[in-house]
Amino acid sequence: MTHSLAITNALLADPDGQAVTSGSILIEGDSIIAAGDIAIPLDAEKVDAKGMLVAPGLVDLGVFRTDKPAFKFGGITRAALMPDQSSPLDDVGLIRHATRAGKPDFWVHPLAAATRGLHGAELAEIGMMQAAGARAVSTGRHWIADSGVMLRVLSYASALGLTVIAHAEDGGLTGKAVATAGETATRLGLAAAPACAEAMAIARDIMLARETGAAIHFRLVTTAAGFALIRAAKAEGLRVTCGISPAYLFLSDIAVTDFRTFAHLAPPLRSEDDRQAAIKAVADGTVDVITSSHDPRGPEDKRLPFADASPGMAGAETLLTLSLNLVRNGHLTMNALMTLLCANPAKILGVKAGRFAPGYAADIIFIDSETPWIVDSARMEAAAGNTPFDKVPVQGRVRRIMKGGQFL
Amino acid sequence: MPQQTRETIPTGLIGREQFPHRHLLAISALMPWEISFLLDEAEHWVSVNRAHSRKHDDRLGGLTQINAFFENSTRTLLSFEIAGKRLGADVVNMHAAQSSVKKGETLIDTAMTLNAMRADVIVIRHGSSGAVRLIAEKVDCPVLNAGDGWHEHPTQGLLDALTIRRRKGGISGLVVAICGDVLHSRVARSNILCLGALGAQVRVIAPPTLMPAAIDQMSVTPYTDMNAGLDGADVVMMLRLQNERMDGAFIPSPREYHMLYGLTPERLAKAKPDALVMHPGPMNRGVEISSIVADHPERSAITEQVEMGVAVRMACLDVLTRRARGVEGWA
Repeated sequence: MTHSLAITNALLADPDGQAVTSGSILIEGDSIIAAGDIAIPLDAEKVDAKGMLVAPGLVDLGVFRTDKPAFKFGGITRAALMPDQSSPLDDVGLIRHATRAGKPDFWVHPLAAATRGLHGAELAEIGMMQAAGARAVSTGRHWIADSGVMLRVLSYASALGLTVIAHAEDGGLTGKAVATAGETATRLGLAAAPACAEAMAIARDIMLARETGAAIHFRLVTTAAGFALIRAAKAEGLRVTCGISPAYLFLSDIAVTDFRTFAHLAPPLRSEDDRQAAIKAVADGTVDVITSSHDPRGPEDKRLPFADASPGMAGAETLLTLSLNLVRNGHLTMNALMTLLCANPAKILGVKAGRFAPGYAADIIFIDSETPWIVDSARMEAAAGNTPFDKVPVQGRVRRIMKGGQFL
Repeated sequence: MPQQTRETIPTGLIGREQFPHRHLLAISALMPWEISFLLDEAEHWVSVNRAHSRKHDDRLGGLTQINAFFENSTRTLLSFEIAGKRLGADVVNMHAAQSSVKKGETLIDTAMTLNAMRADVIVIRHGSSGAVRLIAEKVDCPVLNAGDGWHEHPTQGLLDALTIRRRKGGISGLVVAICGDVLHSRVARSNILCLGALGAQVRVIAPPTLMPAAIDQMSVTPYTDMNAGLDGADVVMMLRLQNERMDGAFIPSPREYHMLYGLTPERLAKAKPDALVMHPGPMNRGVEISSIVADHPERSAITEQVEMGVAVRMACLDVLTRRARGVEGWA
């Protein structure tokens, strides 16, 4: 008989549940056997959660670096690695290497580059990369400008059962822009693009998704117009999903005032109206995924004039704690939040994780949801401390992580 | 006579309280009376520069002024160099073309190097918005922004304000039309803020492709029709149109630009009869401004702007180094 383990006295934040309930989780090997108000076998090893919030490990759909200390701090047990690496993930060998990078305590699900070298022209060997462990296809940081190429990427990936993860910014409109057109960019004299660059890109790709029947996930959607298109596509029954990162929920373009390069993101931070629309889109179910978009960047990339600095933020450590604000502010239930952080991203990647259902991976985190702490860019676990949330007080911290049935 | 408006210096401010800033990075950081204070200081230097053929005042004697220009400039560099030399400073110019910036040295490393050379004041021009501020955070001496990207060119804003104030007797209530490539213009931004703070009604006139988004949020009225924008203006400030914007990227051609947005005598007639014509230079004659207007003896203040530039920069160099020089009330 296999050894079984039971987490008892837990407050279960089950993505499939309606409310947080007291209960237990029974684990055998690396999988969950049962969860909820269940009978615990007498011979099971028991771990007392002492009433702490217990959730599935976070599945982070779209990180730019495998940064285990930051993921551990943030309760992330699986992450989808963006193909934008020093050598783009457009090759079987690179995918195979990336899948092994975090095991056993952390799993990386590499995203296959949609096109060779991410140049947006020729199809990459998507099928072979899938066989090597790629879980989805991604256009990377950039939009594929050629609509014909995008059409072929979508139809090809669809036949393989893979979702295409797209970047939603019309490259012609964005050009060299580093900010959203508006008062802040105008005052600072920064090259800016209108926010509709996002909706333009989404509108085209939704049409191509309709044409091909393919599944498409817009990694970061940040504008009211973008959410409106996603909402309509979902109502139509298209296989369209979208994500967001906490920065767009809690910051607007005012954060780049004083040329703060830690707030230089891609897509750029939006107006306050768009930020409000983003909160609404999370609350009404338009948004499917919350991702850290973790992209640690050191001073060589960030201590530069704003336009020369690389975009991106170290977000893994603050993903959960910032997202908990959505529950505190009444926009989401705890269960719904875990759907966005765990169940939905896992579903898009086609991995049996992110839920408490039988047969799912025993990736589990214990959350002390009330403990206050202050984000400090100088003292981060991440490879770099480029967070626009520096010195922001937050609440909630991961206390224990189980990956594949083993506590780390 | 200073007017009794909000730019009037609050009574009771003495010494450093009148200008409590370490650097001059942007007009946006200044209060209206701080702008007026610098203009009043500059008046003194206008008189000095005009009164004597020997213009030396050695109050900055022994201090080192580095002009670090990461972007090409002739006029502004020369103006800062003359200003520093007239005050007796040892002025050194660093051109980007000769510097290690081209060899891949980061801006921060360059800043640290300048700092280690113990400069007493650094004047910086850089092609990237925010770059001057970044350097200022890393050095121990006052930094003067001589233009950063599209962001600000504060001494230009001040010298334009001084020119207008002297010609018109005040700024409050004047209608100032700033015309041209507002999108890419740091001169426009500094002037909008400076003249706005001093109570002018600022209009901007630009082709829609060169008009920044949400510019009305900076308390200006935007116009794309130049005739409408010039109607009743007291001051017409033209901006230089860079050659690289004229080739179809932002406007179809220089001649079409001249037709729609060039300041000709006929257009100038829409403004007030005594309207002042200004241009930060260098001018594209026949593109944004016609020679008849540019050279008009009564209406054009273009050469006067250059003169005021030296005086304003002398004032800024003097004021910013007062603390280091131990001037009473400033140390």
